[in-house]
Amino acid sequence: MRDVAVIGIGITKFGELWERSFRDIGIEAGIKAINDAGISGSDIDALYIGNMSAGAFIRQEHVAALIADYVGLAQTSHIPAIRVEAAGASGAVAFREAFLSIASGMHDIVVVGGAEKMTDIGDEMANAVQGMAIDQEWETVFGATYASLHAMMARAHMEKYGTTREQLAMVSVINHRHGALNPDAQFRREINVDTVLRSGMVAEPLRVFDMCPLSDGAATIVLASMDAAKKFTDRIVKVRGIGQGSDTIALHDRRDITTIDATVYAAKRAYDMAGIKAKDVDVAEVYDSSTISEIMAIEDLGFFEKGTGGKAVEEERIALGNEIPVNTSGGLKSRGHPVGATGIAQIVEIVKQLRGEADGRQVKDAKIGLAHAIGGTGGTAVVSILEGCE
Amino acid sequence: MNMPRFWREIQGRYNLIGSRCGNCGDYFFPKRDICPKCHRKSIGKMDAVKLGGSGKIVSYTVVHDAHPEYSDMKPYVMAIIELDEGVRLTSQIVDCSPEEVRTGMRVRATFRKLAEDGKEGVIFYGYKFRPE
Ligand SMILES: [Zn+2]
Repeated sequence: MRDVAVIGIGITKFGELWERSFRDIGIEAGIKAINDAGISGSDIDALYIGNMSAGAFIRQEHVAALIADYVGLAQTSHIPAIRVEAAGASGAVAFREAFLSIASGMHDIVVVGGAEKMTDIGDEMANAVQGMAIDQEWETVFGATYASLHAMMARAHMEKYGTTREQLAMVSVINHRHGALNPDAQFRREINVDTVLRSGMVAEPLRVFDMCPLSDGAATIVLASMDAAKKFTDRIVKVRGIGQGSDTIALHDRRDITTIDATVYAAKRAYDMAGIKAKDVDVAEVYDSSTISEIMAIEDLGFFEKGTGGKAVEEERIALGNEIPVNTSGGLKSRGHPVGATGIAQIVEIVKQLRGEADGRQVKDAKIGLAHAIGGTGGTAVVSILEGCE
Repeated sequence: MNMPRFWREIQGRYNLIGSRCGNCGDYFFPKRDICPKCHRKSIGKMDAVKLGGSGKIVSYTVVHDAHPEYSDMKPYVMAIIELDEGVRLTSQIVDCSPEEVRTGMRVRATFRKLAEDGKEGVIFYGYKFRPE
């Protein structure tokens, strides 16, 4: 396999962007990334788009062709444009596919974007669409919601490991603290444990502030073979490892609902490929679709021993300035979660950190970064490991 | 959920019909055509089997924010239940107050209304669980 590098990044502001369309945000992120990379349209061999459900959110399918068209690549170079769907891991799986297309020797320069426009259809419908990532026939029809499945994971984790309600709240507190430092984040307001514990009950024990919001947003990355990369930039971030794993779509069929096995397997594959261990990671973006998701992620990725994630959060070992800063962007909770864009947005943040461009939230001397995304309640997981090169 | 889509799964939802692998003897619910352990060896040997309907709660939650079709039931208890055959499923716990529900509690399947499609006026039925 050939070495692959990130040579350009672009991201829109995340939030309820009612004045902007799906194509507006997709194009904005794309142009930013292409400018950042210093490439022109004729350099691009292929386009990948991570998107969960444009059909349901904005009644538009065929969105890869649509984006290729409006970035001006469809009528002239007629590049292949490919949409990838894996619920919340859509962007991350698209990134892996784009990586493979270069590593294989098929392409030299590829643009991979993620975009979702969730707020056009109202909260009730948007929640239902997002919930389509769980098993409609054997979970949803019996009254289960996305949040209710997370709540059952949270209760099981609390009963098995002694994780506390306050520790869950601290995940949200730290992510909001980080997000306040990110100009592109949806929520830039610090909160405290009481804010979480006083917010409305969603599914016991989880409350509104335990769950990530509905968001609009897009993010884009330009990937290149290492040889091609060197022609365009000296700010090279190498993709050291990438791993993907799957598991049952229904939560109840999992071996253990306090761990996400798809993450464990994806992480092992990524660490092995990169030739590193969890302790070598300097900064990470993990999938906090709920506060319990983040606690399970930092355990399943090997940052902390299984069952001790809650305590690690309580001791703020994942906060900026401490042992292993997690979700410096604000995470899904504070930066926002336009589903298909999230996997790409996480890598954009890691690249900023590795280039030393994260401003007020910069992790000092960050050399190795990790991004982790999940689809549904854990039917898909992707772990990507990147390294800044001098 | 439209009528044909629901109708296709009635055997599972009304009668708790699952599968048993003729190769390793493990039970599955809902029915499967391939055993995840035996793969090829199980093809053609996944026999339909009616599950007993008794089991215990693995984890649970009280749902306060529900999809519209379920709103008139809230707050309601959702649980993951492990049946005595070893298979797990997701269902509501009824006939007791949410405060009484505990992890490990013994429960038994009962036939109930699951939801109503307001527009079509169709009522969907299936299993819920109650204290044993
Ligand atoms: Zn078998």
